[in-house]
Amino acid sequence: MSRSINIVYFSWVRERLGVDEEQFVLGDEVRTIADILNLLADRGAAHADILSDVSKLRFALDQDYGTPASVIGSAKELAIFPPVTGG
Amino acid sequence: MIKVETGLADFDIGSETQDVARHGGGAIASFVGLVRDDGNLQSLELEHYPAMTQKALYGIAEIAKADWALHAVTIIHRVGKLAVGENIVLVVTGSDHRKAAIEACSFIMDRLKTVAPFWKKEVRLDGTDQWVEERQSDIDASKQWDE
Repeated sequence: MSRSINIVYFSWVRERLGVDEEQFVLGDEVRTIADILNLLADRGAAHADILSDVSKLRFALDQDYGTPASVIGSAKELAIFPPVTGG
Repeated sequence: MIKVETGLADFDIGSETQDVARHGGGAIASFVGLVRDDGNLQSLELEHYPAMTQKALYGIAEIAKADWALHAVTIIHRVGKLAVGENIVLVVTGSDHRKAAIEACSFIMDRLKTVAPFWKKEVRLDGTDQWVEERQSDIDASKQWDE
């Protein structure tokens, strides 16, 4: 049985992609956030454009910050968003 | 006591300060952030990641409570559409002494700005809008607490 992860987007990442969340099936070859990003980039021009520069993005696995090298493990949710600007 | 809230509702600084005071100590510090009028701003739209916001703010409050021996911490951050002059964020810290309360309050705001998952969009009087970008001065202010 294949595992899947919910990907959620915020701020201009959400606006430019035109979706606030999507499901992603985790194949055996997917181990890290970077592996997901590589496959997500094939979903369209907006995905490829936004994901091409990870220095402008922040990532969280199950609501804890991660990096492209972070291992997905049993995480259920990946969030992709710009640097935060609250306060 | 740690209290963390996010939502559209405004907060009452007086009652929040009294809540913190009830938990003891001899010093209370607070900070209120407002929507600043920079000449042509109509409003701010604040987005957040609800599942992560609570966790992130609570984590910051726990560190502050331990490091400055606080009796109570309250963090309230509003989301949604906020007009010029409206409240955005409130931090109240209660401790035995002034220095601890003030420092902890400052630490919480510096961390909140660089860690808590909120994003501001500025809506201008001419109808245009743009997402606020992170500022190096905020990153530097947050990092100073690691030294």
